[in-house]
Amino acid sequence: MIQTIAFYLFATLVIASGALTVFARNPVHSVLWLILAFFNAAGLMILLGAEFIAMLLIIVYVGAVAVLFLFVVMMLDVDFAQLRAGFVRYLPLGALLAIVLAIEIIFAIGAWQAGAIDMGARIAPVAADVSNTHAIGQLLYTRYIFLFEAAGIILLVAMVGAIVLTHRTRGGVKPQDIGRQNRRRPEDATRLTRPESGQGVEL
Amino acid sequence: MNHDFASSLTLIAPELVLTGAGLILLVWAAFFGDRHATGISIAAVAALAAAAALTSLAPADGGDIFAGLASSDAFSTFAHVLIYFAAAVAIIIAPRFFRAHTPGGHGLMRAEYPILIVFAALGMGLMVSATDLMTLYVGLEMNSLAAYVLASFIRTDTRSAEAGLKYFVLGALASGILLYGMSLLYGFSGTTGFAGIAAAMDADFSGGLVFGLVFVLAGLAFKISAVPFHMWTPDVYEGAPTPVTAFFASAPKVAAMALTVRVCIEAFGPTTFDWQQIVIFLALASTILGAVGAIGQRNIKRLLAYSSINNVGFALVGLAAGSQAGVAATMSYMAVYVVMTLGSFLCVLQLRDANGAYVEDIARMAGLGKARPGLVAALAIFMFSLAGIPPLFGFWPKFLVFDAAVRADLLPLAAIAAVSSVISAFYYLKVIKTMYFDEAGDDAPDWDRASHPVESGLIGFTAAIVSPLGYLAIPALAFVSGNAALALFP
Repeated sequence: MIQTIAFYLFATLVIASGALTVFARNPVHSVLWLILAFFNAAGLMILLGAEFIAMLLIIVYVGAVAVLFLFVVMMLDVDFAQLRAGFVRYLPLGALLAIVLAIEIIFAIGAWQAGAIDMGARIAPVAADVSNTHAIGQLLYTRYIFLFEAAGIILLVAMVGAIVLTHRTRGGVKPQDIGRQNRRRPEDATRLTRPESGQGVEL
Repeated sequence: MNHDFASSLTLIAPELVLTGAGLILLVWAAFFGDRHATGISIAAVAALAAAAALTSLAPADGGDIFAGLASSDAFSTFAHVLIYFAAAVAIIIAPRFFRAHTPGGHGLMRAEYPILIVFAALGMGLMVSATDLMTLYVGLEMNSLAAYVLASFIRTDTRSAEAGLKYFVLGALASGILLYGMSLLYGFSGTTGFAGIAAAMDADFSGGLVFGLVFVLAGLAFKISAVPFHMWTPDVYEGAPTPVTAFFASAPKVAAMALTVRVCIEAFGPTTFDWQQIVIFLALASTILGAVGAIGQRNIKRLLAYSSINNVGFALVGLAAGSQAGVAATMSYMAVYVVMTLGSFLCVLQLRDANGAYVEDIARMAGLGKARPGLVAALAIFMFSLAGIPPLFGFWPKFLVFDAAVRADLLPLAAIAAVSSVISAFYYLKVIKTMYFDEAGDDAPDWDRASHPVESGLIGFTAAIVSPLGYLAIPALAFVSGNAALALFP
C-alpha cells in the first residue's frame, strides 16, 4: 500500500516537474525543475530496488550535470525568447520525432511482453545474496577492469584534447615565483644613501 | 580468475606498452613543453615499434582476453602491425609541417601531437581485437576523441578548426547511431559478446536484431567513410593539417575496416545473406561516387579524400563476398592501400614553395615534373598504383577482391566496381598529366627543392613497395592475410 502511494507520488512529481522544465519562462527555473525531476526519478529507482542507479542520479546528475547547466544558463547571455521563436515552424518536425519515439516505445514494450528476450544468455548472472552496488563493483573491478581502465584513458584523452585546443600562454600576466622571491636578498632591493641637502637622490 | 588475468595481461602487452608510453610521454611533455617535442616524437615512434614487435611475437592463436572481451589472433595481429606502422609514419612526417605553421615562427611542434597519435593507436588496437560490443565502442571512442582534437590541431587556422568541429559533430552522430544499434542487439540477444550475438541470430533473426544489425553497420560505415555516410570526408581531409590527413586516410581506415570485417563475420556470421546486401550497396555506392566525385576536385587533399572513399569501396567488395578468400583479399587490399596512401601524402607534404607555404591546388602544380623530377616520378608511381594499372602493385589487391567477388557469384558487383576503377583512373592520370605535360602558368610557385632525408627515404621505401618490386612480397602477404582470414572462420 505504502509503496503504491510512494510510486504515484514520485511518478506524478516526475511528470509535473518535467513538464514545468519545458514550460518555465525563466531558464534558471527550468534547471531547478529539472533537478526536482531527477530527485523524484531517483525515488522511483529506489522503489525498483536499484539503489545504485538512484545514488548515481543524485550524485552525478544533480550534483554535477544539473549544477553545470545552472552555471551555463546563468553565465551565458542566451536569449531564450529568440530560441523559442521557431516553435511553430519546427512543430511538424518535432511532432514527427515524437511519433517515431512513441512507436519505438510501443515496439520495445511489445517485444518485452512477447518474452523473446532471453536473458539466460547473460554472461554475468546476478548473484542473489549481494546488494546490487556490491555486484556492480565486483564485476566492474574484476571482469570488466580492462574496459574500466580503457574508459579512464578516454577521459584522459578528452582532457588532453581540451587543454590542447584551448590553453594558451598569455603575455602580460604577473605570476608569483616564490623561489625567486625567497632568493632575493635585502642588498639587491635596497640601497642606503646619504643625499646632500638640495641635491636630491638618483634612483 | 587470477591465472586468467595473467594470461590476458600477457596478450595485451602491446596495449600496455602504448598506455605506459603515452602516460610517461604526457608527463615529459607537461614538464618540458614543446622544446622536447622531437625527443617525445622519437620516443613515441619507438613505443609504436615496440608494440608492433610485441604483437608479432604474440602466439597466433592467443585466444580470449579478459573472458571474451577481446581476442588476440592472427587477424588482430595483422591489423595491429598495419596501424602501428601508419601511426609511426604520421608522427615522423609531422614536425617539418608544423614548424612551417607555427605562428611567430618559433619553429616548434606541439608536444601533444605524438601523444595523441599514440593514444589513438591504442584505441585502434582495441577496436581490431574487440570481440565484444563494449570493447568495440571503448576503442572506437578513444580513437575518435584523439582524432577530433588532431583535426583541429592548428587552432589558429579556421579551416582546421572547422574540420575538427565537423568531424566531431558528425562523429558524435555516428556514435549515437552505433550505440543505438548496439543497445538493440544487446536487448534482443541478451549479451554484448560477438559469439553470443551470433548464437542469438542463428536461433531467431527477429525484428530487433535486424534493426540492430542495420544501425551498427551504418555507424561503422561512417567510420570507414563509405557512401552514403561519406559527406564529412572531403571537408575534414581538406581542412585538417596534412600529416593528420595522412593519418586519417591510413590507420583509422584500417582499424574501422578490420572492425567491420570482424563484426560482419563473427557477430553477424549466421545472417551473411542479410548483411551482404548492405555491404554490396556500400561497396557499389562508394566505388562509383568515389570515382565520379573526384573528377571535379581542384585540391589534391580533397582528391585524395575521394580516392580513399573509392578505395574503401573496393575493400568492401572483398568483404561482400563473405568468404574466407574475400576477407583475406580485403586485408591485403588495406595493407597495400595504406602504403599507397601514405606515400601519396608524403609526396603532397613535399610540395612547398620557396617561402615554405604548402601548395594544394592541382592546377598550380603544372610544370612540377621539371622542377622536382624525382618527387613527381614517385607521385606518378603512387597515382598509377592507386588507379590499379597492372605493372604496379596496386593492381594486385584489386585483382584479389574482384576474384573473391566472382567466386562468390557476385559477377555484376565485380564488373561495376571494375568499371568505376576505370573512371577513377581518369583523375589519377589527370594529376600526372598536369605535372608532367602542362606548361607552368604565371602563378606557378617557386618550388622549394630542398629534400628531407627521412621523408625522402620513406617516399623511396613506399614507392619501392608499390612498384613492380612489390610482387616479390605476394607470397608473404598472401600467407599473413590468409592466416588473418582463417582466424575469423573457425
